[in-house]
Amino acid sequence: MFPTPIAKTSRTWQLTYQALLPVTLVIWLLPLIAVAIFSIKPDADFASGNFWGLPSSFELFNNYGKVFFESDMPRYLLNSVLITVPTVIGAVALSSMTGFALGVYKFRGNLLIFFMFIAGNFVPFQILMVPVRDLTVSMNLYDTKLGLVLFHIAFQTGFCTLFMRNFIRALPFPLIEAARVEGVAEWRIFVYVVLPLMKPALAALAVLIFTFIWNDYFWAIVLTQGPDSQPVTAGITSFNSQFRAAYHLMSAGSIVAALPPVAMFFLMQKHFIAGLTLGAVK
Amino acid sequence: MADIASTTTPSRSWYKRNEIALTPWLFLLPGILFFALYVIIPIFQSFWISFHEWDGLGEKTWVGTAHYERLLGGDRKFQVSFWNNIKWLFLYLLAIPAGLFIALLLNQTVRGIRLYKSLFFFPFVISQVVVGLVFSWFYLPNDGLFDVMTGWFGIDIKGGVLGNPNTATYGIIAAGLWPQTAYCMILYLTGLNAVDPEQVEAARLDGAKGHKMLWYVILPQLKPATFIAFVVTIIGALRSFDFIAVMTNGGPFGSTRVLSFYMFEESLSEFGFRMGYGAAIAVVLFFIMLFFIAYFLYSMYRDEKGAR
Repeated sequence: MFPTPIAKTSRTWQLTYQALLPVTLVIWLLPLIAVAIFSIKPDADFASGNFWGLPSSFELFNNYGKVFFESDMPRYLLNSVLITVPTVIGAVALSSMTGFALGVYKFRGNLLIFFMFIAGNFVPFQILMVPVRDLTVSMNLYDTKLGLVLFHIAFQTGFCTLFMRNFIRALPFPLIEAARVEGVAEWRIFVYVVLPLMKPALAALAVLIFTFIWNDYFWAIVLTQGPDSQPVTAGITSFNSQFRAAYHLMSAGSIVAALPPVAMFFLMQKHFIAGLTLGAVK
Repeated sequence: MADIASTTTPSRSWYKRNEIALTPWLFLLPGILFFALYVIIPIFQSFWISFHEWDGLGEKTWVGTAHYERLLGGDRKFQVSFWNNIKWLFLYLLAIPAGLFIALLLNQTVRGIRLYKSLFFFPFVISQVVVGLVFSWFYLPNDGLFDVMTGWFGIDIKGGVLGNPNTATYGIIAAGLWPQTAYCMILYLTGLNAVDPEQVEAARLDGAKGHKMLWYVILPQLKPATFIAFVVTIIGALRSFDFIAVMTNGGPFGSTRVLSFYMFEESLSEFGFRMGYGAAIAVVLFFIMLFFIAYFLYSMYRDEKGAR
């Protein structure tokens, strides 16, 4: 193990390390801690210049209550859910199929198609912006959740295919051959042999795509406008113009907007990390 | 069962006979259609649009390479954006050593270390919009914590970090480095887990320790992690948009624009929809990126050939 395990070092270094950890963590998370404190402060603290001191009164319920009942926040949150969940389902479904095709079969153009998916996934969004916006407008889907979902599914399929294909490649191939010898139809092999083995990959991708899409901002402002279909990342900016300089409410709103992917991460940590490292670093 | 009957009879259906050749294409079809419609074709459309003058609604007028001539022939905004992109690219790479450093710090087995690891990682999970907002409050002139802290050392940045054209871009990059470092950290933590303990022990017996051990024994084994860290960091740097849009909106005096932001501004801003010019900027950004994409694909292709 590197660096030297702490248990094998001197007593003083052990104690220093134990003391150092929480201190570095607090410094690392300082911006977040500050916002968390902001969000429970009363308005008066900001007016009197008490930005970074302790709150003069505890206003958690008041501030978050305002976010939930006196703003468009709940609508934005709902929009985010209605955009994110279908995208996750769509992208995972499409890519498990493409991943299966590219991972199991040998045919001409296999690697070419695979690399097309990877390359497309690395492309800067901006080169897609004008044509995709135009396409969405011409399908009458501008400013709808569906327009955003369709694009997200298509774009995420690139990354998901990379992941799925590599995962399927690592599965034991004799299993598939055995099924073929038995005369099982190819699509049945996919449904009954490969899919059950792909559960960890499906979970990893689902959490990861959930986070990516929830946090998307660029496409939200390119393809939608207004509280009817904008997700929460875009909504937070109009929320902030509604409560300009009301730092306690803006921080409460930001925390609410950021929370779902954070919760997802803490619940499904193992899968999340497996997805992030692309399965390349085991 | 129709299945069994068709496999045993000599005159199998056309589909059955070609099943192995056909299935992959059937499985690929929906994915490829979607991807082509929304990703591949739009890339070429953008090239096409960049040779036109277009407001997004009416007719396109062919202008040839006029947009590119204007871009490369001394468009001040373009130059600022381009150099800012270069700054982003280089400074963003600091996330890799920083991530490695934190990973080494946390690669221990003490009580509660798992929680520490997840808490260190969690800035990455928060949306960039929120991180941007948080940092813009952190940087507030006079009231912001950063300004208070620099005040202790007698440093006063005029107009606050984000209000001063000399510091604004660096302020935003620092905000971007925060989640990116967390990402690199998690890559290295998983990588460190896979380091061969026997090699480390053997090197230790040979008297290697500290930075020598790190450089000659550990880092070579972390190569896959470093590769992915490079890929995601470079792409992240060139894609940077959210932070700039949220923190400064390109200001002050346009000093924080990058190509991706400038492109957005030209195509969809209140000053009118100059889609053709925007597309030309996007094409330039695409070619910068293509240079890296080609390298990444080449490395992956080499691995692929090595694997089978």
